[in-house]
Amino acid sequence: MSILLDGSTRVIVQGITGREGSFHAEQMQSMGTKVVGGTSPGKGGTEHLGVPVFNTVADAVKATGATASGIFVPPPFAADAIMEAAAAGITLVVCITEGIPIQDMIRVKDYLRGHPQARLIGPNCPGLITPGAAKIGIIPQNITRSGHVGLVSRSGTLTYEVATALTAAGLGQSTIVGIGGDPVLGLTFRDVVEMFEKDAETTHLVVIGEIGGSDEEHAAEVLGRGTRLKTVAFISGRTAPEGKRMGHAGAIISGNRGTAKSKEEAFRKAGVAVAETTDEIVGLLR
Amino acid sequence: MKLLEYQAKEVLASLGIAIPPGRVAHTPDEAAAACRELGPVAVKAQVPVGGRGKAGGIKLARTPDEARAAAAQIIGMDIKGFKVPLVYCEAALDIQREIYLGFTVDRDARANILMLSAKGGMEIEQVAEESPESIARLYPNPWRGPLDFELAQLVYDAGLGELARPIAALIKKLYRAIPDLDAVTAEINPLVVTSSGEVIAGDAKLEVDENAMWRHKDLEAAYGSVLEGDPYEVEAKKRGLTYVSLGGDIGIIGNGAGLCMGTLDLVQRAGGRPANFCDIGGGAKAEVVENALAVILMNPAVKGVVMNVFGGITRGDEVAKGLVAARDNLKMKLPLVVRLSGTRAEEGREILKQHGIEPGVSAWEAAQKIVELTGAKTHS
Repeated sequence: MSILLDGSTRVIVQGITGREGSFHAEQMQSMGTKVVGGTSPGKGGTEHLGVPVFNTVADAVKATGATASGIFVPPPFAADAIMEAAAAGITLVVCITEGIPIQDMIRVKDYLRGHPQARLIGPNCPGLITPGAAKIGIIPQNITRSGHVGLVSRSGTLTYEVATALTAAGLGQSTIVGIGGDPVLGLTFRDVVEMFEKDAETTHLVVIGEIGGSDEEHAAEVLGRGTRLKTVAFISGRTAPEGKRMGHAGAIISGNRGTAKSKEEAFRKAGVAVAETTDEIVGLLR
Repeated sequence: MKLLEYQAKEVLASLGIAIPPGRVAHTPDEAAAACRELGPVAVKAQVPVGGRGKAGGIKLARTPDEARAAAAQIIGMDIKGFKVPLVYCEAALDIQREIYLGFTVDRDARANILMLSAKGGMEIEQVAEESPESIARLYPNPWRGPLDFELAQLVYDAGLGELARPIAALIKKLYRAIPDLDAVTAEINPLVVTSSGEVIAGDAKLEVDENAMWRHKDLEAAYGSVLEGDPYEVEAKKRGLTYVSLGGDIGIIGNGAGLCMGTLDLVQRAGGRPANFCDIGGGAKAEVVENALAVILMNPAVKGVVMNVFGGITRGDEVAKGLVAARDNLKMKLPLVVRLSGTRAEEGREILKQHGIEPGVSAWEAAQKIVELTGAKTHS
């Protein structure tokens, strides 16, 4: 078992003929992901990487029965691509694109309220992988192995770093989810933690957070209510300098939340072990 | 992009919001001329950061001589790391009351939030902490913006009913900065009500989303080059790197923001002081690595560099070869410690060792090594 994605999930790639989309679609195929098609406006009816290409997501869903999509389109078109996927009935939308304007994402979030079946991961994220079964996104499969640790993270490369350490220590992963580093995101730590909680195959959990926002605090709150998962949290950016702030508006709504200290305290209060460096994670998990 | 006050006010004026008459002055003489034209003025430092009043960056001048003296004092002053390039001389207002009005992105709600309070002025953060109920809030629908009745509710909630019409009209104008300009913060504090009942923007803060600058080339062209920023940050931006100066003496390079931030934490933990944050993004192409090293080496304070690269799909031996070439091209003599992980990391470390670059197996080991090699440890 796993969360969100397994070997039977039918996946399309939006932007499959582009450089990034093409490279990563091939990587996804090479580990056995069921890539059933892709989209590229104007190239409908052609074939790429051995799968059919469609003009729109609706056409792709109709012809292939896809339920998941990986988005690799440039920032000016990415917000529309997410909404297109949601409108076509896709239930798992993974947006890898980095640099989407925040106002575009705020409108997307509002739009998605009308399409509750669509769970969005990202944007600006490495995607997700269920080792040995399937992936959507760019997490290198060679650093993962199948097992029982759930891993959820806001940072791409730190995810790789921790996955490598877990794999080297013989601790395989059920699913690894990179939720992304943008301020306006799809699934949050809390959503993903709740999914791991319900997944019988997952027995351990690693949460890799970052300064800013208060998603880590919310996840800690959920874990504090009781969990069967042996959990370790790590927060990066504890020594990062405070941003040079302009107005008061940000401070009015966020108060003291968002610092590394506040996040670490929230996890400790919830009874979760906090690693001070990524090297400590494996030891604390055992 | 953070706009300076005078730039933000030009933008507000273009949206139809009243601003006090003002003139930009690059020299004390220009400030004196502005005062001669406008009468008593506030001489205000133009920096993209809050707290300039408390830092002595705002002075009142009743005469041209006073304006000249104030400008001479303020121009060139350092406010929170920014050298003041120019002042804005603004006609003094006849203030009857001060209101707070601000838009920003509420990360938790994943939405824009509009806030209005009758208690405007410098202490608004304290107000937020002590009596949060005195700040009225509205989350406007991002597709259609705030509706009239929503704005009316907001104004009455803030206890500003007697000003309902002019304030609601002004908020509608300010709101245009969000859909039209991709503002992530738009704040007027104080929003001044004069004794003749006019509602005028006393100050203005405007920040435009960096990710949206491609659709605001005009703003970039008009306001992008006024500030003399940190020279290394300016150079890094030209070379397409994400770089922040931090004031220490150990250069830091990582691929990915999280990994880079983690490395910064480790160097500090080992007793060193990071000179910068430099994220070279995915992969680790030789050319990008060379650019990053070049910018870091521009800073004479740097005594050594630590690099943390996660290989992933990129091969460690290729990264190592690229690194050696970059170091040789730049004739770099300072200690360089590199932590490589991922595919073929061992082969990569072997190549580094052969060329006199210290490899680190773990990031923590690399951080300790660079602190040791640079003798940078601060005994605290």
